[in-house]
Amino acid sequence: MQLSLETVDVARWQFGITTVYHFLFVPLTISLSALTAVLQTAWVRSKNEKYLRATKFWGKLFLINIAMGVATGIVQEFQFGMNWSDYSRFVGDIFGAPLAFEALIAFFFESTFIGLWIFGWDKLPQRIHLACIWIVSIGTILSAYFILAANSWMQHPVGYTYNKVTGRAELTDFWKVITQDTTLVVVFHTITAAFLTGAAFMIGISAYHLARKKHIAVMRTSLRLGLAVAVVAGLLTAISGDSLGKVMFKQQPMKMAAAEALWDGEGPAPFSIFAVGDVDKGHNKVAVEIPGILSFLADGNFSSYVPGINDINKAEQQKYGPGDYRPNIPTAYWGFRWMIGFGMTSFAVGLAGLWLTRRKLWVAEEHRTGEDEAPKLMLTRNTPFGDRFAAWYWRIALWTMVFPLLANSWGWIFTETGRQPWAVYGLLRTSDAVSPNVSTGEVFGSLIAFTLLYAVLAVVEIKLLLKYAKAGPPELTDSDRNPPTKIGGDSTDADRPMAFSY
Amino acid sequence: MHLHDVWFVLIAVLWTGYFFLEGFDFGIGILTKLLARDRPERRVLINTIGPVWDGNEVWLLTAGGATFAAFPEWYATLFSGFYLPLLIILLCLIVRVVAFEYRSKRSEDRWQTSWEQVIFWSSLLPSVLWGVAFANMVRGVKIDANREYVGTFWDLLNVYSILGGLVTLTLFTFHGAVFAALKTVGDIRTRARRLAFRLGITAAVLAVLFLGWTQKDSGDGTTLGALIVAVVALVAAVRMIWIGREGWSFVFSGITIAASVAMLFLALFPNVMPSSLNAAWNLTVTNASATPYTLRIMTWCAAVATPVVLIYQGWTYWVFRKRIGTQHIAEVH
Repeated sequence: MQLSLETVDVARWQFGITTVYHFLFVPLTISLSALTAVLQTAWVRSKNEKYLRATKFWGKLFLINIAMGVATGIVQEFQFGMNWSDYSRFVGDIFGAPLAFEALIAFFFESTFIGLWIFGWDKLPQRIHLACIWIVSIGTILSAYFILAANSWMQHPVGYTYNKVTGRAELTDFWKVITQDTTLVVVFHTITAAFLTGAAFMIGISAYHLARKKHIAVMRTSLRLGLAVAVVAGLLTAISGDSLGKVMFKQQPMKMAAAEALWDGEGPAPFSIFAVGDVDKGHNKVAVEIPGILSFLADGNFSSYVPGINDINKAEQQKYGPGDYRPNIPTAYWGFRWMIGFGMTSFAVGLAGLWLTRRKLWVAEEHRTGEDEAPKLMLTRNTPFGDRFAAWYWRIALWTMVFPLLANSWGWIFTETGRQPWAVYGLLRTSDAVSPNVSTGEVFGSLIAFTLLYAVLAVVEIKLLLKYAKAGPPELTDSDRNPPTKIGGDSTDADRPMAFSY
Repeated sequence: MHLHDVWFVLIAVLWTGYFFLEGFDFGIGILTKLLARDRPERRVLINTIGPVWDGNEVWLLTAGGATFAAFPEWYATLFSGFYLPLLIILLCLIVRVVAFEYRSKRSEDRWQTSWEQVIFWSSLLPSVLWGVAFANMVRGVKIDANREYVGTFWDLLNVYSILGGLVTLTLFTFHGAVFAALKTVGDIRTRARRLAFRLGITAAVLAVLFLGWTQKDSGDGTTLGALIVAVVALVAAVRMIWIGREGWSFVFSGITIAASVAMLFLALFPNVMPSSLNAAWNLTVTNASATPYTLRIMTWCAAVATPVVLIYQGWTYWVFRKRIGTQHIAEVH
């Protein structure tokens, strides 16, 4: 047990804190931009004003959120060079390209068209304005794709050779890097999880208002949209998560074993429900297990052999030389469980809500509610939820906002710590990746600065979100109802105030 | 011409784009204290860049990402070496984004005043620090045989680099004032012109000193050419704002920035980060670059994407081409 902090540990804490924090906003940005675009499309096509009010309401919350996403994203682009210069030298030939593409293709899309969308209500014809938010949405997804391709290369390096002369990994097949199975499955998993996050956000805030019977028309639509997306996205997150597990089992068996605290190989291997490990002795003190399930999750077969942590550690020692190749087992084990637990809880809340708030299907005529009534929670055809239970459902629905955020964070903590001691699996150790010329004090100072700043910004952001979430959708103005027909706006009054200004 | 030379030029172009665009953004931020007399005027200034500042900032991220990909060694040495200045810049850029977006989202005076302070300082500090960083990069810093920066933070603060910081500060503020004159109506426009004239003179004096020093230390015929273009354009920009030709003045202040960045990169070439300890330890376009394969893929991507970016970003400026004054600012919501 080491007591003094090494630079690499401080740098890891900084990376962990800034990245997990950044990733609170990323999934919301990805999903809320698309959901706002869907609502605005509904407005443009149907001319039903509730959709425009919903667009303005969710759009505002989306903007409060994306500001934080953009701000905290800037650090990510430079942190590699600052704290991880040896990593940057080693992987730059491969890792830099997706980063540059992300900026050139995705960030420009997002940042330019978000400006057009925010300020363009009275400057752009309706359909062009609508196209802007769709382009932002495409930008967010492209951005996720490029950065996940880069991360996947760290999890499973492909399309490269190691050059002894330059002492670095060099790119030989870019196509492989951006289309390897790790990349594709991780992108699928991350995007679906992002939609689950945005859906839960919508469910939570709609539930808050509907429980108080406020802003019913807008919130009812939003709730149904949120619930439907939560169910579809939740299901796809589970499916993609299962594929990811199988990819991980092949490519990083240690991470899979760590996720299950499976110390010694077994076939069939059980799925662990609860375990308390004795890390130093390499076994569990307590373990509650379901037989055969881990074999199935890892390999699609209930009796496959799954190697354990101790086996893989020995194998890696033979391959890479003496050392400890085990990640932090409790973090991996519990991180994996929190990820699945929180994610699937949101899915369950969504599924329950979708059933309870149905309008026509298997609901008796007298229990059906109209557009302007709060939905009645119907358990069966003739049995509504009692008031107490209904109040509880709305409360749980409100809190479900938080669950995917926790699931996302734990997912990243699991997959990044589960790769340790490697920065690039099998190629570069984290301890060899840190900047050799940056002192522990410097990194510590920057860790403190970012943490304090992020804590203050979190308070500011949450208060602002609460203010606008509680205020509900805005009333429409004449300018909202009469979008311009010409680019640049068609007002003849030179002194007309801008529809939106900072 | 090798691909790594192409990428040296492209990275210079990206930094030029960044300083040209974010230059006036920073300038506007600084002018919220120097030029605006009250909150409505501050809001007019902020709203001249409202729809565009975010896109402008992406030029920095692209320059950073492209440096990482095309010259990993340059990226690694530069950002780990200039640790503290870069940290301050990053902290400023973070709060600046939030300040623009959140300032008007509450009506309390204290809230708005605080964010206005943030906008000013987070525009001013990076304006100075980018100049300091670039001056050091051109002059050469203590880089050892392992390509690591072995100097301290204080080594980065010297007369030359501080002069460089003052040049970027005054030049960006001038550029911003010209932009303000170009994008506003009413009283603030007249004052923006007058202030721009004074700022332009100051920037010209400092720029001549700094660029002249650069020419003396690491210049050749090409850098001299760029120097002359920069100085002539700056004088023209000042002259144009004096006679009220705001559009032309802005074109010339833009050319000044572009020519100054070009001069610094010409002074660098073929180095990307010279070592002040031993010329054999210089980082150069050859020894710091990525492989030809990576550079080729990057070139294709840049060739396709950059024109598209320029078109839609340019289009944004056209959509928001109207001048604004206090009468156009909507009530706080």
